[in-house]
Amino acid sequence: METKALQRIYTKIGQITKATCTVKATGVGYEELALVDGRPAQVVKIVGDNVTLQIFSGTEGIRTNAEVIFSGKPPTLKVGDELAGRFFNAYGEPIDGGPQVEGEEREIGGPSVNPVRRKQPSELIATGIAGIDLNNTLVTGQKIPFFADPDQPFNQVMAMVALRAEADKIILGGMGLSNDDYLFFKDIFENAGALHRIISFVNTTEDPPVERLLVPDMALTAAEYFAVDKNEKVLVLLTDMTLYADALSIVSNRMDQIPSKDSMPGSLYSDLAKLYEKAVQFEEGGSITIIAVTTLSGGDITHAIPDNTGYITEGQLFLRRDTEIGKVVVDPFRSLSRLKQLVIGKKTRADHPQVMNAAVRLYADAANARTKLENGFDLTEYDQRTLEFAKEYSDRLLAIDVNIGTTDMLDTTWELFAKNFAPEEVAVKREFVEKYWK
Amino acid sequence: MSTEQSRTTGKVTGIIANLVIVQADGPFAQNEICYIVHQGVRLMAEVIKALGDQAYVQVFESTRGLQPGSSVEFTGHMLEATLGPGLLSRNYDGLMNDLDTMTGVFLRRGEYTSTIDLKKKWSFQPIAKAGDRVVAGDWLGEVDENGIAHRIMVPFTLQGRFTVKNVAASGEYLPDETMATLLDDHNRETTVTMIQRWPVKKAVKAYRNKPRPFKLLETGVRIIDTLNPMVEGGTGFIPGPFGSGKTVMQQAISKQAEADIVIMAACGERANEVVELFTEFPELDDPWTGRKLMERTTIIANTSNMPVAAREASVYCAMTIAEYYRSMGHKVLMLADSTSRWAQALREMSNRMEELPGPDAFPMDLPAIVSNFYARAGFVYLNNGKTGSITFIGTVSPAGGNLKEPVTESTKKAARCFYALSQQRADSKRYPAIDPIDSYSKYLEYPELQKTLAEAISPEWVDKVNRLKNILLRGKEASEQINILGDDSVSVDYHLTFWKSEVVDAVLLQQDAFDKTDARTPLSRQRYMVDKIMEVVDAPFEFDSFEEVQPFYKRIIDKLRQMNYSEFESEQFAQNETDLKEIVAERTKEL
Repeated sequence: METKALQRIYTKIGQITKATCTVKATGVGYEELALVDGRPAQVVKIVGDNVTLQIFSGTEGIRTNAEVIFSGKPPTLKVGDELAGRFFNAYGEPIDGGPQVEGEEREIGGPSVNPVRRKQPSELIATGIAGIDLNNTLVTGQKIPFFADPDQPFNQVMAMVALRAEADKIILGGMGLSNDDYLFFKDIFENAGALHRIISFVNTTEDPPVERLLVPDMALTAAEYFAVDKNEKVLVLLTDMTLYADALSIVSNRMDQIPSKDSMPGSLYSDLAKLYEKAVQFEEGGSITIIAVTTLSGGDITHAIPDNTGYITEGQLFLRRDTEIGKVVVDPFRSLSRLKQLVIGKKTRADHPQVMNAAVRLYADAANARTKLENGFDLTEYDQRTLEFAKEYSDRLLAIDVNIGTTDMLDTTWELFAKNFAPEEVAVKREFVEKYWK
Repeated sequence: MSTEQSRTTGKVTGIIANLVIVQADGPFAQNEICYIVHQGVRLMAEVIKALGDQAYVQVFESTRGLQPGSSVEFTGHMLEATLGPGLLSRNYDGLMNDLDTMTGVFLRRGEYTSTIDLKKKWSFQPIAKAGDRVVAGDWLGEVDENGIAHRIMVPFTLQGRFTVKNVAASGEYLPDETMATLLDDHNRETTVTMIQRWPVKKAVKAYRNKPRPFKLLETGVRIIDTLNPMVEGGTGFIPGPFGSGKTVMQQAISKQAEADIVIMAACGERANEVVELFTEFPELDDPWTGRKLMERTTIIANTSNMPVAAREASVYCAMTIAEYYRSMGHKVLMLADSTSRWAQALREMSNRMEELPGPDAFPMDLPAIVSNFYARAGFVYLNNGKTGSITFIGTVSPAGGNLKEPVTESTKKAARCFYALSQQRADSKRYPAIDPIDSYSKYLEYPELQKTLAEAISPEWVDKVNRLKNILLRGKEASEQINILGDDSVSVDYHLTFWKSEVVDAVLLQQDAFDKTDARTPLSRQRYMVDKIMEVVDAPFEFDSFEEVQPFYKRIIDKLRQMNYSEFESEQFAQNETDLKEIVAERTKEL
């Protein structure tokens, strides 16, 4: 942001807290951007002529006579086709050494799509991973997070999904990304020769945490440009939304707001929903699909961040290390894709829903059998068979290194059914048993 | 309230997110609606606190760019719903703006559209005649709205008795034409059009009395109709953690329930779910009339990305529409998904106003707000002796799936049916995931309902239902014992008890909402299947060891489920029934 002529400059700072300062000023608009002593800041409260500004990088060293320059507008992003292949910081400024992007300047965090102008999502996103395609099928226009512990390979799986997903544009919103992970994404996109369709907005752990509050809106504003203006299929990757929510709580705490559950602001649900609800399928073919990461602490999904996220997103994906086969699998019990009903058995083979449910049910029986075993009880002959089934099901279908088509996934499941069970134990509609039982 | 000239105006002095402080130049009322003029756009807002001549208003739109000094116009009235023919099959936002007539892909701030299509003519038939004595809510005439008799009533806001001076003759009229003229006791005239307005936060009381509900409301969902029945004019709520199937459950009820009118308030939920309604309802048939579902439905959508302040308005608008149609003598079903989002919106605002918080930072009066709202449902006798009802079912999204949180607890005190969705059942894909042990319908204890059930289904029905519940409870106890002691350390009877409950669970409780046949089970079919289940459960089977129990019952369950998937009384249904008989015969004791 540069200083221009005719800008209003104030120097009377009345109050400074850790993250905010209050200046006497008039003619200021709510959510307007400003520079305080050269640091980017945003208007968060106006009472009379007292204007409170949140300074993204913190207030250390700000003097009471510091210069406050108001920009006269909320945060914006210049959008255009030149965004493709570029890396930006949280303010939308290039960090890859390239030139500034020229284009139409748009306010970030713009209005919502009129729900009657949305189209019902109906296009399957194939990833080749059976734990996703078979059990938790993704659909364009969907929003879904990985719920994962920090040590799990969620960024790798997400990058794999993104590259296989046949999107026109992939937009990465990195919040509190470690420098290593940032380089990982850069490398994997470069190696896949996909850089020209990737746009990144990155706030790394080296940057001030509050800055990351701008990242998702930047990414989604770019996404809306390509999805609405260009009718493109856009995939937005947001990682890590837990760090985004943490930044929200820092701000609300410094603004003296009463915290609700887990020290999170009472508006957490709306704050997250405003972002996730940007996922949309338009009539004209453009779409925004959001795949996010929410890291958990010790697998606790009742914490306010994953809990509110779960109520907003259309399902969630869990990764788990299966010690039996020594691989990371997509957990079939806790993972869910709410939109799968729109495509399975319709865009995929008709037996898909029933086969999927039956396999998960049998896998659940195996889990019960394993509990019995751990408690030192004898297993029935049926229990033994479920364990056999579960092991192979895990290895050949749930593992994240699987890369096959949906029909192959269904055929493999039928093969495992026939190998271990009698038809009535599987309890699938008779017409399918007659057709596919091997 | 006041005339055009004396309306209060004001100036914006403070902005904290969507809470705006206004310096007013005259009197204003709590909950009065005002408009903030920002760069030529009028932003609607509601007064939520008065402090001297300062009005604290919540803005129903984004306040981005708003500046102190902007002018404010007070309207002199509270938030009102516009009521008239043409509400059905419409999609509204939380303030009852017609979403379909809005321009553009994105919702523009300050764009307000008419609730009612003023250009559409309706075919009017008079009911009242000159000289009739009438009060608020009485029927003056009716128009045909999608095959539903839409009564034109004496406006709810009129107080006292009136004499009808004249009523328009049969014919085609626009909604804002005068349909009747009424005279009060001082011979002053009041004209009535097809349109009336009502402040949404007040309950419409234009009825004679509200008895205890006594009639079953069939939903086609077995775990509700058979085990935890909902009644016409009843209240219920569905709490459950995310992913437990709240929305699927509500949508199943909205599609299948035996209601004349369905009002759905999508309050702070996912936009794609609303799109599903928009897409499917115009295509799906109402199982009761054969017309399209959309024709009997009004959708109020304040999805989670739409303005938070309109969350509260959305549920109140929906309830007011429900009351409007109830006054016409219709059976109305109202659904709100989810009332937790409304409570959260109250919390956000209470926080910005720096009020002392109650539990989990919710406002202290949350329980009172919730119970007042649920109390607006009910079965009523209208002044003309006809009946109408509002059945209200809300979903609750408890934080962390914990049912001890304030919204769930407040709702539990207000609603009479409790359909608790269980994570455990959802995880094992036992849908609908309503917990059969924790859930209840208080109505099942009402002698009034027991009497109608005995007449409509069979005299032993309530006893059977209680037996089914007992079987489920004993099955749960048995399974706990088996898990603690091990399969072979308990007697075979434990396994029998457990598997009997599994039969009830698999065949009666579990229902495939995505299967065409299984999704909706009419009451007569539920009765038939309950008797089938009872036969199996009562059959004196003999087993030598526990290992024989599971495979045998699995076969029985498989056949009974195949029956559920087959069309009722079809050949396939009969075949499965015959197969079942053979399996049962294998193990039946020789008497």
